[in-house]
Amino acid sequence: MIFKSGILFEFKEGLLISLKAIRSNKIRSVLTTLGIIIGVWAVITMSTAIKGINISFQNGVSSLGSDNLYIDKWAWFNNDIPWWELRNRKDITTRDFEKYKEQAKLPLAVAPTAFTRKSIKYKNRSVDFIMITGTTSGFLKTTNFTFSDGRFFNQLEGKGSRNVVVLGSSVAKKLFPHGGAVDSYIKIKGLKLKVVGVLAKQGSWVMGDFNPDNRAYLPIGYMFKYLRRESQGGVTIDVRSPSSAMVEQVKEEAIEILRRVRGLHYFEKNNFSINQQAGLLTTIDQTVGVIQIGGLFITGLALFVGAIGIMNIMFVSVKERTKEIGIRKAIGAKKRTILTQFISESAFICLLGGLIGLALALLTALIINQFMPTAIQADAVITAIVISILTGVISGLAPAYTAAKMDPVDALRYE
Amino acid sequence: MAKNIINIEHIAKIYQVGTEEVRALSDVSLRIDQNEYVAIMGPSGSGKSTLMNILGCLDTPTRGLYDFAGNNVSQMNDNQLAEIRNKEIGFVFQTFNLLPRSDSLHNVELPLIYAGMSSAERKEKAKIALEKVGLGDRMDHKPNELSGGQRQRVAIARALVANPSIILADEPTGNLDSKTGEDIMFLFNELHELGNTIILVTHEEYIAEHAARIIRLRDGLVESDAEINNRIIPKNNYNEV
Repeated sequence: MIFKSGILFEFKEGLLISLKAIRSNKIRSVLTTLGIIIGVWAVITMSTAIKGINISFQNGVSSLGSDNLYIDKWAWFNNDIPWWELRNRKDITTRDFEKYKEQAKLPLAVAPTAFTRKSIKYKNRSVDFIMITGTTSGFLKTTNFTFSDGRFFNQLEGKGSRNVVVLGSSVAKKLFPHGGAVDSYIKIKGLKLKVVGVLAKQGSWVMGDFNPDNRAYLPIGYMFKYLRRESQGGVTIDVRSPSSAMVEQVKEEAIEILRRVRGLHYFEKNNFSINQQAGLLTTIDQTVGVIQIGGLFITGLALFVGAIGIMNIMFVSVKERTKEIGIRKAIGAKKRTILTQFISESAFICLLGGLIGLALALLTALIINQFMPTAIQADAVITAIVISILTGVISGLAPAYTAAKMDPVDALRYE
Repeated sequence: MAKNIINIEHIAKIYQVGTEEVRALSDVSLRIDQNEYVAIMGPSGSGKSTLMNILGCLDTPTRGLYDFAGNNVSQMNDNQLAEIRNKEIGFVFQTFNLLPRSDSLHNVELPLIYAGMSSAERKEKAKIALEKVGLGDRMDHKPNELSGGQRQRVAIARALVANPSIILADEPTGNLDSKTGEDIMFLFNELHELGNTIILVTHEEYIAEHAARIIRLRDGLVESDAEINNRIIPKNNYNEV
């Protein structure tokens, strides 16, 4: 006779026995699995969605350009300064900008920007209350913009405050669904402006107003003349440093020049802020982090409830099969054998549920992919499998132990 | 002289029920040798179930010595007892105790799974055992597709398959009509003639008289222990063997 012994053999036989048990209790197995299916589905979908959001944010932010500084009256992310202090700061003016431009030696490009919310109309179509940026022709060099059609307005048009406009890709798509934007005239507040260029798609939906796709660009002089006064909030100075290594130096220089230009004494605090995309990234990381913890906690809870369901069913199953356990023990099953049988049964149910949940999550990811770039990765598959097996083993532990320590005489007598 | 298999000396089994002590067995001593055919009899409450549980290594005595083929069973732990049950004892129960959702073949091969035998080999042995009890054509039937007599024969095949030292049958005909019971008794007789040691636990005088020796219990003590001169030799009622 060939006797094989050891854990592996027992595990294999335990698995076969549990497979049989699962197959002969189909409805119960399906119901039990449902909890795990939903749990694993929720965990994987949530982590995939979070990854997708994160990727969207990162893409969006990097389209702003990592080497850019934004000199503004407002601090974008620094919450150390109370808001009334920010409000009481003097506006940054075009005069400040001109002085800075004159004196700054390090930046690659600088441009003033001013914003206003207006509707744009073309024939019977319109886009309502989008961010319109007033700037100079130099603005283009502070960005990584690419064009699907036309060009940015040139220096002549900029300085001359001409009625020209550059549209972001989404804006152009809404106004000119069939193309032909360039050289057409759109209307803002009833004023006619000529479209000279349409941007290619730049950013991502997560950036909202920051997204160049949802913006329009026109000469800053034109804006201050017809759309908004300079005194209503001043300008922001966009500064592009020649390289990311230079960003700090550019920043130092900017602080120095602006303090001088704005006539600050040595004891006075800066009455302007130098904002950076890095600040945005930190904020995004924090936000995503919170979403992640919250999301995983909630979905983890779903999985936990599933696990309790499994445990419950396994307890019922053990009770129901008391007689069977008695028979098996009488015939020579050891404690360990019974333990292995029930744990592998619960692990197997969970694995099954996990795989189904994973399949559903993959389907969901395909759907989410319509709205944002999702990233279901190999690690999600491995996580799903590991999580479900682990859940099975842990929730099977207590019921299996109950089964294993049953007294064979009592178990056999049980009806 | 035949080889001794079971040697019990002064065993007692005392249960604690609440604050009261219940003596299921007070003082029992007996020897059973190889190829004996023994019936253990007694009214309910006599301690025969307790004795059977101890003989079957399902339970251990509170005190006294139980020697099974040279192994001191009274000192064994659960795992060692499980191993003895697996290799040395074949159980046949009144209610058959088959796994309801498994077919005959799987039921019969179960002890061999726990013995750690490879799949091909144990299937082979299980088939031989089923053929021996006349159920070669019922291997893929589940218990609910079999008659009572057939179920009991599956159970006997399961008891035989690991080639144990003793077959321990607890009221094996209790759930069967008398004709089917007779068939089962014929099978036991045959197994005995093939050299198996059989211990029959019953309260039916007629069934007990198939054995060569009857041990009678009363109130946890051995009342009598005697060979039978004119034991009943059952007739072959079925044709499969």
